Amino acid sequence: MALSSGADRGSHSMDKSITLPPDEIFRNLENAKRFAIDIGGSLTKLAYYSTVQHKVAKVRSFDHSAKETEGDPLYEISVQEEITARLHFIKFENAYIETCLDFIKDHLVNTETKVIKATGGGAHKFKDLIEKKLKLKVDKEDEMTCLIKGCNFVLKNIPHEAFVYAKHADSEFRFQNTHPDIFPYLLINIGSGVSIVKVEAEDKFERIGGSSIGGGTFWGLGALLTKTKRFDELLQLASKGQHTNVDMLVKDIYGGAYGSLGLTGDLIASSFGKSATTDKEFSKEDMAKSLLHMISNDIGQLACLYAKLHNLTRVYFGGFFIRGHPVTMHTITYSINFFTKGEVQALFLRHEGYLGAIGAFLKGAEEDNPNQYSWGENYAGSSGLMSVSPELNPVQRARSGTFDMLEMDRLERQLVNLPLLQDPTSYIPDTVDLTEDVLAREYWLYCFEEALDGVVKRAIASQKDQPKAVERAEKFRQKYRHKLQTLRHQPFAYGSLTVRSLLDTREHCLNEFNFPDPYSKIKQKENDMALKYYLKVVKSVEELSWEQRQFTLVKGLLAGNVFDWGAKAVSDVLESDPEFGFEQAKLQLQERPWLVDAYNQWIERLKGPPHKCALFFVDNSGIDIILGVFPFIRELLIRGTEVVLASNSGPALNDVTNSELQILTERIAAMDPVIHTALKEDRLALVQNGSSSPCLDLSRLDKVLATVVRERGTDLVIIEGMGRAIHTNYYAMLSCESLKLAVIKNSWLAERLGGKIFSVVFKYEVPSNIREIKS
Amino acid sequence: MELNGFHCDGEGCAEEKEEEPPALMLPRSKTETPCSLIATPGADSEAAGGSALREQRVSKSTPVMLRLDSLKKNRPPFPWFGMDIGGTLVKLVYFEPKDITAEEEQEEVESLKSIRRYLTSHTAYGKTGIRDVHLELSDLILWGRKGNLHFIRFPTHELPAFLLMGRDKHFSSLHTTLCATGGGAFKYEDDFRTMANLQLLKLDELDCLIKGVMYIYSVVSSGPPECYYFEHPTDPERCEQKAYNLEDPYPLLLVNIGSGVSILAVYSKDNYKRVTGTSLGGGTFLGLCCLLTGCSTFEEALAMATEGESTCVDKLVRDIYGGDYERFGLPGWAVASSFGNMICKEKRDSVSKEDLARATLVTITNNIGSITRMCALNENIERVVFVGNFLRVNTLSMKLLSYALDYWSKGQLKALFLRHEGYFGAVGALLELPNPS
Repeated sequence: MALSSGADRGSHSMDKSITLPPDEIFRNLENAKRFAIDIGGSLTKLAYYSTVQHKVAKVRSFDHSAKETEGDPLYEISVQEEITARLHFIKFENAYIETCLDFIKDHLVNTETKVIKATGGGAHKFKDLIEKKLKLKVDKEDEMTCLIKGCNFVLKNIPHEAFVYAKHADSEFRFQNTHPDIFPYLLINIGSGVSIVKVEAEDKFERIGGSSIGGGTFWGLGALLTKTKRFDELLQLASKGQHTNVDMLVKDIYGGAYGSLGLTGDLIASSFGKSATTDKEFSKEDMAKSLLHMISNDIGQLACLYAKLHNLTRVYFGGFFIRGHPVTMHTITYSINFFTKGEVQALFLRHEGYLGAIGAFLKGAEEDNPNQYSWGENYAGSSGLMSVSPELNPVQRARSGTFDMLEMDRLERQLVNLPLLQDPTSYIPDTVDLTEDVLAREYWLYCFEEALDGVVKRAIASQKDQPKAVERAEKFRQKYRHKLQTLRHQPFAYGSLTVRSLLDTREHCLNEFNFPDPYSKIKQKENDMALKYYLKVVKSVEELSWEQRQFTLVKGLLAGNVFDWGAKAVSDVLESDPEFGFEQAKLQLQERPWLVDAYNQWIERLKGPPHKCALFFVDNSGIDIILGVFPFIRELLIRGTEVVLASNSGPALNDVTNSELQILTERIAAMDPVIHTALKEDRLALVQNGSSSPCLDLSRLDKVLATVVRERGTDLVIIEGMGRAIHTNYYAMLSCESLKLAVIKNSWLAERLGGKIFSVVFKYEVPSNIREIKS
Repeated sequence: MELNGFHCDGEGCAEEKEEEPPALMLPRSKTETPCSLIATPGADSEAAGGSALREQRVSKSTPVMLRLDSLKKNRPPFPWFGMDIGGTLVKLVYFEPKDITAEEEQEEVESLKSIRRYLTSHTAYGKTGIRDVHLELSDLILWGRKGNLHFIRFPTHELPAFLLMGRDKHFSSLHTTLCATGGGAFKYEDDFRTMANLQLLKLDELDCLIKGVMYIYSVVSSGPPECYYFEHPTDPERCEQKAYNLEDPYPLLLVNIGSGVSILAVYSKDNYKRVTGTSLGGGTFLGLCCLLTGCSTFEEALAMATEGESTCVDKLVRDIYGGDYERFGLPGWAVASSFGNMICKEKRDSVSKEDLARATLVTITNNIGSITRMCALNENIERVVFVGNFLRVNTLSMKLLSYALDYWSKGQLKALFLRHEGYFGAVGALLELPNPS
């Protein structure tokens, strides 16, 4: 194998062999175009843009007008090839650069690329090598410009990119939500020296200051003091040392605190002050620790002074001094807290090491204008935070060498906030942060691991006639299990760990092995079956009194939601007893009063004037959408309320996708004049939400949806299902009325909420400002 | 040569130095202000040398107008001391009365005489105690008495020896108050009591510092200027020391560089705040130099720094960019990474101890300059006064600070220095003597 050639030379002290098959590292290289490289002091970051061919499930309506035959499926499912854009970023030690270039040369089929964008201090050093090996012209880009471009890109596109580090907290990493407006901010880049950059807009930034006391000082001075050569070793020494043996503390001078100034006794009065007055030997560890404190405090102090002068509160730290090292993140955080008394938080970035490479890549790709798209982190192809940190993950390090990867998919649609969020800056989609909640984390990790067999079985069943389905499904199992194991050790690897991220990771892994829609056939079957009962359900509801009708519609909505293959308890029942019907589901439901029961308030509201427009985030296909949602929105339409049905853009579990919903709606419209008229008059609209997740992030929704919501004057939002209304958005505050309803189909979760399995949540909320106007 | 003037030609100075008796020779850098006209040796007849030159000075704002009897009543009994016990050095100021009447002389207890004689007849005490003769203020009038103010320092770790000496000289029998500031006043309070039977009047170090600065500036009217700056700091050819008029001092940023650094914004006589501080101070310079070069004193470290070259230790902007980094207005000579070249083994092996000492000095000094500049901007103050013993015989740092402040502020900020750089806390403590509350 090409990449292990370095080890064969023998004379090299550094082992250059790569233990992972390189095609798992340099993925999709054959379709790669546009390269960028960022060569730092010790690490090389390579970026390329490639296309991925993968399978997608498509549905196509049959022509039903000709003849209506019993037994014919409603629509046709086909699996098609689709090509999507993906960004690959790979990080490896400079020692591997030559073998990596050889590998790239051998696998690079694309010949159109003539230029490689390069940045970083080492770009100059390796210029000739790159040009010789790859036959590409090296085009150097300004380091700082690349850094800022990269920083803007990750802040905008990767949720939970930034985090606060708290060493002694329950969860060391507290991730920040994507802020709709990322500017202005301060970037403190700690390389050999320190650069302090104020960023005001995409292309507007200024180096407002800096300091010569930086990572190079720690390294250089540390090497002199401790005779330890490597930066990482110095950090290791520092993490074991006691700085109080070397530093002169306030209490060494005062005997205690300097009370009148509020300076505590443990504060460092003079770094290395003891080595000036005491004639003794100091340990390497202690000196390294003292040096680390000295440098971190100094940088923190300058950062605060600059933040104050420029009135900035968002301060991000990066550079090789920081790069995921807990010990430097801790001392910098400590320093910032001390000097600003908590007014400014030190923020770090998950993909900080890639900023230069991302920026250089973006510089080269300006004609493709990557900034006009939204991008999403691909959990299947990314290694996650600290994947190469030896103390954290010895196993993984041994497996993958020192390679770290980030992959980002170009999303088909541009994603924006739901305009109805009360405060987009404080909105957190997820209800429980599993990085913080240890019990919940253990339960859910166990739960997803338990469910894995079923998912594999389902995946195989969905492609019985496809080649290598079993083999691919097995690969999927390995990959996802490995992800779960990683998350057990590093819950923070991909930002906050949540039920949503676990579900999304599973979807990404399924897609990775070409299982784009394992539930397609089940959804088809259920949709077919449910359609047959539609008219019957609608008729039986029409016969009821107003009060009875409203209750039956809500119950129908809830009962429909019991049908969910995503929940293990239900998939068990459904698989063992296919006759489990709609009526039986109603019987399973909890009697009123429900676990969360705002039904009376909802009924009171319905007695008032109709809503202008309701936005309904739908959940499952089959009985849920057809027998639950449609009769319910039918009543809303009759009341004079416009309805927008928002469904997933891509498949996730048995959730109804937008393309499926198009067909279903046509079929229902053909049977039901109410729906037919509403469609014709555009009082019923179908939009996609931009997501392929069983959960819902209201800060990343299709731009078209946001426009529709705004134009139609939406004043009611309905969110249905466990994934969208419980795991996410349970605490979401909207600026209009909202209904969040779900059946808890998981006994652990139900117990946690104080109920039993099949407990009902019916949450009706009116924001206080609207309540005041009404009263 | 103008006798009382601020400047003298080199010849005059050489002459003056030659006249100094050997005992008065202080470890002095060649870079020090070349005109120590008032280097007054001990005044007592027993003094090792005898006075070569005496300068008459009249303080311009001592309370001479006050009625004598009121003064007498409130006047503290001798001896008059002020003490500042820092992390590295103890600074002691001692007022030696020169107007003792025959009657007083007779009444004076032996221990008081002995202390006076001991302090004024020596310029070095033990191995490490030193009297900064060139700083002595003669014929000063304080609380109605005329005398000389002496400036003495010794390492803080010698404090026990000092206390034992105080005990042996029966200091406690004098029933005097000992005014002390600095952290050591708190840390060693018990030792003062148990070892020397002395009660301390503990005073806040920043209060004392500011009082001391204002007092000394007000009483020095002739001789070398108390406050000075470097003109043309960015041009080594034309850079020279000039007197600065600090008559209207406020607002000012006062940067005290001792073991660590405190930065104060002073708005009026009694309105000031500590803006911030840094632990990278004189103690860091000396501590790192000791570890890197094996030296053991500040003077040694400084002497090495003077000989060394920091540009081989530090990574400069031009080492990275080949010249200026124009996009960000960074000149090629600016340090990009202090000690940045030392990450490479060959370079570590090729630098001298002197180079390392110089790099340490430059790193610490520039960092203080940088933090100071940011504080000045945040506080909107243009005048910065640097004090503290880090600057003692350290023209290198003073010029660096002057340069850095001038260059990075584009001439907006002015770095000022005071001759009695390290003693203001002790002076401020002395001034509290009549207020034994």
